Amino acid sequence: MNEHTDAGLRDVLGQVLGLSPARLAAMTAPTPLLGALPELDSMAIATLFGALEDHFGVIFDDAELTGDTLATFGTLAALVQAKRAG
Amino acid sequence: MIVAWPCSGGDEFAAVFDRDRRHRLLIVPPLFAEMNRTRRFAIDTMRALDSAGIDSFLPDLPGTNESLQPLASQSLHSWRTAMARAARHFAATHVLALRGGVLVFPNALPGWVLEPVGGASLLRQMLRAAVLAARETGEYVDSADLLETGRTEGLRLAGYDLGPALIAGLESARPLDEGQREIRQSELGGPALWLRAEPGHDPAQSARLAAIIASGIAA
Repeated sequence: MNEHTDAGLRDVLGQVLGLSPARLAAMTAPTPLLGALPELDSMAIATLFGALEDHFGVIFDDAELTGDTLATFGTLAALVQAKRAG
Repeated sequence: MIVAWPCSGGDEFAAVFDRDRRHRLLIVPPLFAEMNRTRRFAIDTMRALDSAGIDSFLPDLPGTNESLQPLASQSLHSWRTAMARAARHFAATHVLALRGGVLVFPNALPGWVLEPVGGASLLRQMLRAAVLAARETGEYVDSADLLETGRTEGLRLAGYDLGPALIAGLESARPLDEGQREIRQSELGGPALWLRAEPGHDPAQSARLAAIIASGIAA
């Protein structure tokens, strides 16, 4: 994954979820997100995608905001990377 | 402390630090979920301003927080009218609009806007939250259909009852700042509290914001 995507994604996750720098640094591709983080309710997910849009200058479709996308740090990073490339 | 102030439709409430001083700052809160997430941040900022010799006033937008008015009958216009009225009632000399507060603040006053956001962006996030919440119950709706319903009938989005007028207003509303100084989140030296799912606070950020305002007022 692109370094810039990785760093930006950690930054936005940290702001939305209020995660400590240590917890953010410990995230790797298989780290689970949805289901593992009780803070991620529908409003928080909408906020997360809105913040990612602002940060990376991309727009997501409703259809892209699924449980699969949010399964792990790696799946979310892949979506962001694909959007940035596309 | 909390005081009542007169508004059309009845009294509204405001958190105030008022010692009848020369510099009096009206704070216009962010909208919807961001308002709750930043409430403590705003109050901490007011406390820091108080120490710096500046009075401050944080009125409720009608239909939110402690207000007795129904949210469903509000519009951006009613909020603009209310905030202009609060500015007169408290004899504000300056204004600080936080995030979506920039859509409804009295922009004839000198002051600051923190990370202004357009109405469409706020509306899109609430529509998405509703789409995601519906999906959890096995129902499929999309943002465009919801918006279509909202324009005519209003909508309950993310726990907020939005009337058609408010939805229509948000769709096209742009920040109203005119010469106010724009403050970026990066100047506050910490993560954006208006993004945080669980309301948090950060006294150091509040202190920085108060310092920016205090030095601007003194200049």
